[in-house]
Amino acid sequence: MSASIKAYRGSSGYIVSDELSNSVNIAIALKKPLLIKGEPGTGKTMLAQSIAESLNMDLIIWNIKSTTKAQEGLYVYDTVQRLYDSQFGDGDVANIKKYIKLGKLGESFTAPRQVVLLIDEIDKADLEFPNDLLWELDQMSFYIPETKETITAEQRPIVIITSNAEKELPDAFLRRCIFHYIAFPDPDTMESIISVHHPKLERKLLDQAMETFYLLRNVADIQKKPSTSELIDWLQALVVGGINPSRIKKELPFLGVLLKKNEDLDTLLQQMQGKGNTKNPGVLGRFR
Amino acid sequence: MFTNFFYTLKNYGLPVSLNEWQSLLEALEAGLAGSSLIGFYYLGRAMLVKTEAHYDRYDMAFAAFFKDIETPEGLPEKIWEWLNKELPELEVTDEMRRNHRQLDLDELKRMLDERLAEQNEEHHGGNRWVGTGGTSPFGHSGYHPGGIRIGGMGRNHSAVKVAGMRRFQEFRTDETLGVRQFQVALRKLRQFTTRLDGARTELDLDATIDKTCDNAGRLELIWNRPRENAIKVLLLMDAGGSMVSYSRLCNQLFTAVNRANHFKDLKVFYFHNCIYDWLYHEPQCNLNNYTPTEHILNTLSSDYRLIIVGDASMAIYELMRVGGVVDWDLYNDRPGIEWLNRLRRKFEYSVWLNPVPKQYWTWTDGAYTINKISEVFPMEELTVDGLDRAIKSLKNRQAAM
Repeated sequence: MSASIKAYRGSSGYIVSDELSNSVNIAIALKKPLLIKGEPGTGKTMLAQSIAESLNMDLIIWNIKSTTKAQEGLYVYDTVQRLYDSQFGDGDVANIKKYIKLGKLGESFTAPRQVVLLIDEIDKADLEFPNDLLWELDQMSFYIPETKETITAEQRPIVIITSNAEKELPDAFLRRCIFHYIAFPDPDTMESIISVHHPKLERKLLDQAMETFYLLRNVADIQKKPSTSELIDWLQALVVGGINPSRIKKELPFLGVLLKKNEDLDTLLQQMQGKGNTKNPGVLGRFR
Repeated sequence: MFTNFFYTLKNYGLPVSLNEWQSLLEALEAGLAGSSLIGFYYLGRAMLVKTEAHYDRYDMAFAAFFKDIETPEGLPEKIWEWLNKELPELEVTDEMRRNHRQLDLDELKRMLDERLAEQNEEHHGGNRWVGTGGTSPFGHSGYHPGGIRIGGMGRNHSAVKVAGMRRFQEFRTDETLGVRQFQVALRKLRQFTTRLDGARTELDLDATIDKTCDNAGRLELIWNRPRENAIKVLLLMDAGGSMVSYSRLCNQLFTAVNRANHFKDLKVFYFHNCIYDWLYHEPQCNLNNYTPTEHILNTLSSDYRLIIVGDASMAIYELMRVGGVVDWDLYNDRPGIEWLNRLRRKFEYSVWLNPVPKQYWTWTDGAYTINKISEVFPMEELTVDGLDRAIKSLKNRQAAM
């Protein structure tokens, strides 16, 4: 049995922790969907790409939006097109199959080879969305009443589901998944992640930038903490801008790359000046 | 064999179902734990724990259950170094199996001590010394049916130790209520439009068929307006100091309300302890950023559902006296209670949610003001049940007293 299990060990462009690769392999071996949660920017989406790359499979991405319905992932029956066609006599209207368009889930079921299916940001959708997919993900098959066809996966796709924890997912759905939480990388891991993206970085610059970055993350009351991808962008900006490493911590250049919210910038400035109060006496005068 | 572990997990409050447990056993059968405790730790966590908030409980249960199992530590650093070298896998033959009788643990320990006393260099392969590969009972990556694995995979991370580190403590929340439960409760507040306004985007199949028939078969598409929720909500949240201990609970409610995209309109304001002339836009209650309460009273229609979240606990003068506002540099011409009464009279669908458990209401610090305010607003505790009741009362118009 063990020989048939394809082992995932990360890929060149993506640093994976033992814990995570373990979870991926468990999910693959047990043929269950893998639910990945974690702070934004911890590389949840990248994981699926890396799995596809390292196992040499195609990747099918189903991006979930607030309006996405479970049905769309299976198939869409384009009735309106069919009605129009019948009106104007275009094509063979009797052939309903022509008007059935498979969704991403359907695509991954019918693919000739095993594929990796990424269901990205499942928590964006309606509350009931995950429940609507229970059967399909469990059985890897669904029925199309219009054509009396059952689509069954010949090769069960490797299903990776990501969630930003914006919404709690239903229990019934969770029970069927393997769960992994990507913790925010510690400085050591972070360094190896950075070295993948910026292999030739000056030691001093890196040290200073990392120190500042973790300092910023620890500032209380920051609403959107800077994440890995923002650190990588920031380093890029620092290199391109030719910033002297000794200035980084003092002046915090290109801060906008790290902090994206006005409120966060204000909070930081306040804390740096050691003042917690912004009440403006000029405005207050009116109330006395 | 592990059945007790299942109950340990349950005792620690992990909602493990039998299905998941069975999948875990299947996974063990398939050898996914890699025959090591650390492997079992990760396998169990991936399969049984479904939210990072429960990681800590799992760690605690795991440490409690496996606390007596320790991988040998305190071995000289040098031995770790010898063991750290990787070797190709060893072919195990039947002959080798026969040659090794099972050793009992005491005997092994004794032998290990002897070997350690004698051995003073690295060994890889061979059948006697501590090292990698080979068939000595000591070391790793080798083969001995009953030997002591020293190091190798899982080194430095005795599973019990990993569990003992409790890295996920900060994710722990007392999850009596989740955002989801709140959302489900809030859903009950749905009230659909009468399809009077909005864009026509939905195909009305029946009408289309009728119309097409009327046209003797020439297709004519009829579109309809989708049903939408017409409920409008005004949410006022206390952001005062005494609310800090409930901030997590209030955050959950706030998240739930905010994610509930089925409201037609949602307005959120904050206040500090009691409502006076100003409703702030931010929880910091900054006077740079506020809307006069008067303005809200004048502009919002009375069909807004008013939900006030606050502990209703304050000093008596804050509620009853002119100038009782707690902020040092502010002054109010009308007492807080008058503002509350005005809000209540304007918004007939209204409710006050109190994060303080109901059983404390009669004797806690703010008992007097809680009582006073609950005479004005119907008050419910901020739990899923309380929210349920609150939503029910929001459906019916209740005249102010």
